[in-house]
Amino acid sequence: MARHQGRGMASINYPIGMNLGGDPSQALVHANPDGKFTVALSAIDLGQGMKQVSRQIAAETLGVPIEDVYVDTADSDTGPHDMGSFASRGTHRVGNAVIVAAKEARGVLLEAAAEELEVNADDLVTDGKGNIHVRGAASKSITVKAASQAAQFKQGKTISGRGIFLIPLSTVHPETGEMSPVTAYAHACLVVDLEVCDETGDVKVNKLTSAYELGRALNPKMVEQQLVGGAWMGMSHALYETPEPYYPNPEHGGRDYNEYLMPGPGDIAPHDITVLERPAPDGPFGGKGPGEMCANPVLPAVANAIFNAIGVRIDTLPITPEKILRALKAQGGARPQIRRA
Amino acid sequence: MARMPVQFRLNGSDRAVFVEPAETLLGTIRRGLGDFAPKFGCGQGTCGVCTVLVDGEPRLGCLTLSVTCEGRSIETASGLADGPTLHPLQAAFMEHFAAQCGFCTPGMLMAAKALLDRNPNPTRVEVVEAIAGNVCRCTGYEPIINAILAAAQQRGVRRA
Repeated sequence: MARHQGRGMASINYPIGMNLGGDPSQALVHANPDGKFTVALSAIDLGQGMKQVSRQIAAETLGVPIEDVYVDTADSDTGPHDMGSFASRGTHRVGNAVIVAAKEARGVLLEAAAEELEVNADDLVTDGKGNIHVRGAASKSITVKAASQAAQFKQGKTISGRGIFLIPLSTVHPETGEMSPVTAYAHACLVVDLEVCDETGDVKVNKLTSAYELGRALNPKMVEQQLVGGAWMGMSHALYETPEPYYPNPEHGGRDYNEYLMPGPGDIAPHDITVLERPAPDGPFGGKGPGEMCANPVLPAVANAIFNAIGVRIDTLPITPEKILRALKAQGGARPQIRRA
Repeated sequence: MARMPVQFRLNGSDRAVFVEPAETLLGTIRRGLGDFAPKFGCGQGTCGVCTVLVDGEPRLGCLTLSVTCEGRSIETASGLADGPTLHPLQAAFMEHFAAQCGFCTPGMLMAAKALLDRNPNPTRVEVVEAIAGNVCRCTGYEPIINAILAAAQQRGVRRA
């Protein structure tokens, strides 16, 4: 019995969003009479941070404190239409829609303030703390709250904005098949260090090292959270989970968490992450978003590391001890490959 | 079969309920008593989201019969905060981004509380063991482990 060390690497380009139907997102923003803003979305936050990032984008664009923005998501009966939270599209598509909506709402807010201050709206700026004042004359000011109340009760205006972000459907060239379904790509490179036991087929992951380029990290802590967690979802796909282990034969599928395996807290390994920020030209404040890309490079990197460790190339997932042992048997034992430092 | 009376303490309050003989503690807490902090996941004791404390010990609410809890003290994540003041574990979970979708969180918190109550200064391995029965899809466990270690450290500082 021997445990063989292996190192594998994978690099990926990951498209942000998808092309089907043009992939639009909508946002509606309106002020309440207390000067606080509601952003209505049908995009869904499953914990990945959609609400937080939309809130930051709306507050930044409106020029109001983040505490004064409430994001209302995921009532697809009443909210503005959205294609959904998938394909790593949330930050990019929804964020851009929120910017458009918030800009329009900000325009009406400044019009209302201008009317109260008897100045030109073009001369007004916001301080991000809940005040609007004349550029270069901070004393000539009105609070966002007072402007909102004046709009509501005196001027008869709704401070609101509508936003949509749509990348038009890209057609396929009939002869070449060429198309451009995406405008923003994120990138990642991930290295896995692991060891494979040639007696049991067990794989132990020792270390992950990765670099992710995902546009501007609009919320760096949440980006890190996504990358840390997503890597283990990728690891789970690479080494553990499948509903049909003998696909297309449906037998022996996992029926519960005793049989449908996922990594537990004892299976994880240190992950050294570097985030590279290259703002995307058409991203909201340069953001593209981590999304599914958190998990994707892990799978090929693990397959490569196993090849590096024992010389067998396994091309179906998950790479279970059973598959490793069968492959080792067919090959006549482990053939460790060259390791580069 | 006739319903049976059971009395226990839930997060410090005396509660009396009538339960079916085969009713689980999780069902009684959620449907009978309206405390929705413990979650229903697999229903067969393999995911840990229903973890509650029975007399300080972590128990799977989905596999514990309510009739066995007569006279016992039950704790759920709803009882962690003291009014507006979060429990150190809750604060640490926030600080360390230890939740995303949040479904495992009530179980993780209770498994962690049971650990820290009996072992205020655990090692990383002991933390891993304490939450080994709790599955998490989103976080990769690392932030949860770090949060529990940080909460232990902070409680130690306050006690000193």
